[in-house]
Amino acid sequence: MSTMHEPTAQQIKDEKLYRQMGMTDEEFDRAVEMIGRLPNYTETGLFSAMWSEHCSYKSSKPVLRKFPTEGARVLQGPGEGAGIVDIGDNQAAVFKMESHNSPSAIEPFIGAATGAGGIIRDVFSMGARPVALVNSMRFGDLTDERDRYLFEQAVAGIASYGNTIGIPTVAGEVQFDNCYSKRPLVNAMAVGLLNHEDIQKGIASGVDNTVLYVGAKTGRDGIHGATMSSAEVAVDKEEELPVMQAGDPYLEKLLMEACLELVKSDALIGIQDMGAAGLTSSSAEMASKAGYGVELNLDLVPQREEGMTAYEMMLSESQERMLVVVKQGREQEIIDLCKKYGLEAVSIGKVTDDKMLRLTHKGEIVAEINADILAEDAPVYYKKSEEPAYFSEFQAMENEEPAVEDLKETLSALLQRPTIASKEWVYSQFDSQARTNTVVAPGSSAGVIRVRGTNKGLAMTADCNSRYIYLDPETGGKIAVAEAARNLICSGAEPIAATDCLNFGSPDKPEVFWQIEKSADGIAAACRTLNAPIIGGNVSMSNEVNGVPVYPTPTMGLVGLVHDLSQVTTTSFKQAGDAIYLIGEAATEFGGSELQQMIHGKIFGKAPAIDLEVEATRQQALLKAIQSRLVQSATDLSEGGFAIALCEKAFDAEGLGAEVTVTGSAVTALFSETQSRFLVTVKEELATAFEAIVTDAVKVGTVTDQNKIVITGDNDAVLIDGTVEEFRSDWKGAIPCLLNSEA
Amino acid sequence: MRFAVLSFPGSSCDVDMYHALLDIVGVGAEIVSHQDADLNNFDAVVIPTGASYGDYLRPGALAQSSKSIDSLKAFADSGKPVLGVGNGFQILVEAGILPGAFLRNKGLKFRSGNAKLAVQNTESTFTSIYEQGQQITLPFAHEYGNYYVDADTATQLKEQNRIVFTYEDGNPDGSVEKIAGVLNEQGNVLGMMPLPERAVEEIIGGTDGLPLFRSILKNWSEKNVNHA
Repeated sequence: MSTMHEPTAQQIKDEKLYRQMGMTDEEFDRAVEMIGRLPNYTETGLFSAMWSEHCSYKSSKPVLRKFPTEGARVLQGPGEGAGIVDIGDNQAAVFKMESHNSPSAIEPFIGAATGAGGIIRDVFSMGARPVALVNSMRFGDLTDERDRYLFEQAVAGIASYGNTIGIPTVAGEVQFDNCYSKRPLVNAMAVGLLNHEDIQKGIASGVDNTVLYVGAKTGRDGIHGATMSSAEVAVDKEEELPVMQAGDPYLEKLLMEACLELVKSDALIGIQDMGAAGLTSSSAEMASKAGYGVELNLDLVPQREEGMTAYEMMLSESQERMLVVVKQGREQEIIDLCKKYGLEAVSIGKVTDDKMLRLTHKGEIVAEINADILAEDAPVYYKKSEEPAYFSEFQAMENEEPAVEDLKETLSALLQRPTIASKEWVYSQFDSQARTNTVVAPGSSAGVIRVRGTNKGLAMTADCNSRYIYLDPETGGKIAVAEAARNLICSGAEPIAATDCLNFGSPDKPEVFWQIEKSADGIAAACRTLNAPIIGGNVSMSNEVNGVPVYPTPTMGLVGLVHDLSQVTTTSFKQAGDAIYLIGEAATEFGGSELQQMIHGKIFGKAPAIDLEVEATRQQALLKAIQSRLVQSATDLSEGGFAIALCEKAFDAEGLGAEVTVTGSAVTALFSETQSRFLVTVKEELATAFEAIVTDAVKVGTVTDQNKIVITGDNDAVLIDGTVEEFRSDWKGAIPCLLNSEA
Repeated sequence: MRFAVLSFPGSSCDVDMYHALLDIVGVGAEIVSHQDADLNNFDAVVIPTGASYGDYLRPGALAQSSKSIDSLKAFADSGKPVLGVGNGFQILVEAGILPGAFLRNKGLKFRSGNAKLAVQNTESTFTSIYEQGQQITLPFAHEYGNYYVDADTATQLKEQNRIVFTYEDGNPDGSVEKIAGVLNEQGNVLGMMPLPERAVEEIIGGTDGLPLFRSILKNWSEKNVNHA
């Protein structure tokens, strides 16, 4: 790995060596033009990392501009480690979601673990105490051995990091489809809390202030991770795989505690995580954001291995490292503070006024480039966008009901689909209650934590149905946001902000770029209508195997504010005798549905329609009813439709069941995935008050103490009649059974 | 009454215990770093859960080389109550204050959830407020929760009535004799894998852990009233 004889600047140009680092000819020419000379090897490395999609958003920038990023509560929008929203009482919630897809495809345990580690650092680098984790994952359908391995290891990895560092995982979602076979998506979200005065930024300002390096030593791991994350993983070519960066949650725990003490010090100027592109991105971005320069002496960088070159040090993605700028003369107190936590803090450079990122190594200047050029001047691409042929074909199809012979068997089969089945196998591996603030643990619509010392809570969730987005990206994008917002509403929370994790195929494919653009339009529209500005996010491109992109998967993470903890509501039935209400009528909409995939082995047709105004009206009405304490339980209808939602309400409600009546076509009534629908229960004596607020709610039945699910249709035909126990065992046993392990 | 919450690097749930004691049980509580572990001024010591030293080597193993273990042993020898929960239990076992060892859970995975327990001994200073045989539910979260002692020790523990809590939900992690909590011979040190500090408020996980802390407080108060 060590490069004793690095190629010369001329060789890099003549032999087009920059291509190996992921730079195009045009990008290299642009870099040459901007600095007025040929870059040397280290400098070419800096350009390739900073101008990667991961760091520069060069392909996605025009799309990201579509998103609403402002709102009355927004204190920090996109551009910092994480976004910040006001939650009253001088407090704020800090959060962001990030992908770790490529590393997880190669080494799922380590890849998923470092994904959690990275997003936690993003949150505490803002000065916030991380208080909860959420994750969103996608895998192949578990029929393939490699996909089972990826699933088991990624879950164990993400669990290991969060459990060890002691931050509860309170929500998450996993979906399965063979478009993700061998190319899993692992998206992790962290939520933190801070007081307004503790907000930190990643800036390096004030001439001669000192740049400190804090945390783990730098090794040769993860070199070029940022570039790699923007490229397709060659799953069959193991010899080409880079050395993966490994995580150490124990070290991060110490780093987190040190940083949270550090942010209280007036010696601190700025702090930033060394995440993707490590020392390069943190130093260049901190200088550029502040309008200053940074000079680093790489001889002083703590190194884990001998003989590391400037190139290797700058591009390493060793984990658990922070770059901290402190006031000149105050270094020692910060070094002492870190020492208390067993951490090494080393002065490695200073802030300058010439805007240059200047690196010296062994007495020589090895790189000297304007920080703005690296951080701000990456090319912006307006990629070619083309509507794929499939879209008009699908749009031309009529909405048809799949042919179903036996309704009860179909319900059983749907409950066993891994996307619908209980995820207890996953979340039982997460410590969801550390920090003793978890009010609603995984398994309900959203996770809820209390804000200690107040009567407020934060609800959080992640969601994305990529099948709808594949069929119709704009509609599907709207649904992703709406569904996540429904999860919050059903928990009794008002959505306040969103983060996104945009997982797509290669943007160089016009059809893929069209998916990106259209889904962004849908997301933007829904975020506007549902009052959830996007305060930060992440882009992951080139999620492809053998040139085939995964379904477009722009995962949405939403955070909601519970104004009063007594308003927190969960999915499960509460007591027999309560009235069951359905909000929203079913239409024949099976495009992209779980039933369609199950019966046909593929998806086609139109995605379910969504009217954002209807969505917003229903959400507001239901939230008002919940806040008025008129609702006993609430859940939204999602994959699998009405029958699945009804069953889920009974599964964790000991001894309770339901008797309901539906009208119209049974298959549509039971399994259609028509949007903007909810299933709630209400005490009999509050029914009138509830109906006055949620005017389109229709009473469909009653919670019983019979421990049975009975659904009748038109003319008293019995459509479903089974015990809660038999349905529960289908639902609970499915994933352990697929993995062939004990429940 | 003053409790020390003895914290090692990585004992991330020290704050959980601290809040439970201070805010809910209403006793004095202080998080004491293992580095300056002078425990003399405290009436009880609690070792919280978390992942001390990152659980490297074996959970609890590295903590035993901390200086504070000597003061902890002296404190335990003095007869004052010592409670270790989760990783704290593992530390007590690794330090030789309690018998046995921990194996990886039978399912070979980290597991969290709510455990159904039976209170087997209500004579201890930690459990006197519970009813004999009472079924309680406490949260747990561990990967090495499979408690092991050899057959002779198990017999001895039973004969000496030192098994305080047993699992009543099928014992999924595989502990010998379904042991969830065990006393030292003197009866003043309790180690348990379920986490009572996570069950002291209705809104977070029920209140079945509360009588444990109240028992300690009650027994301490009675003793100190007598001595007054």
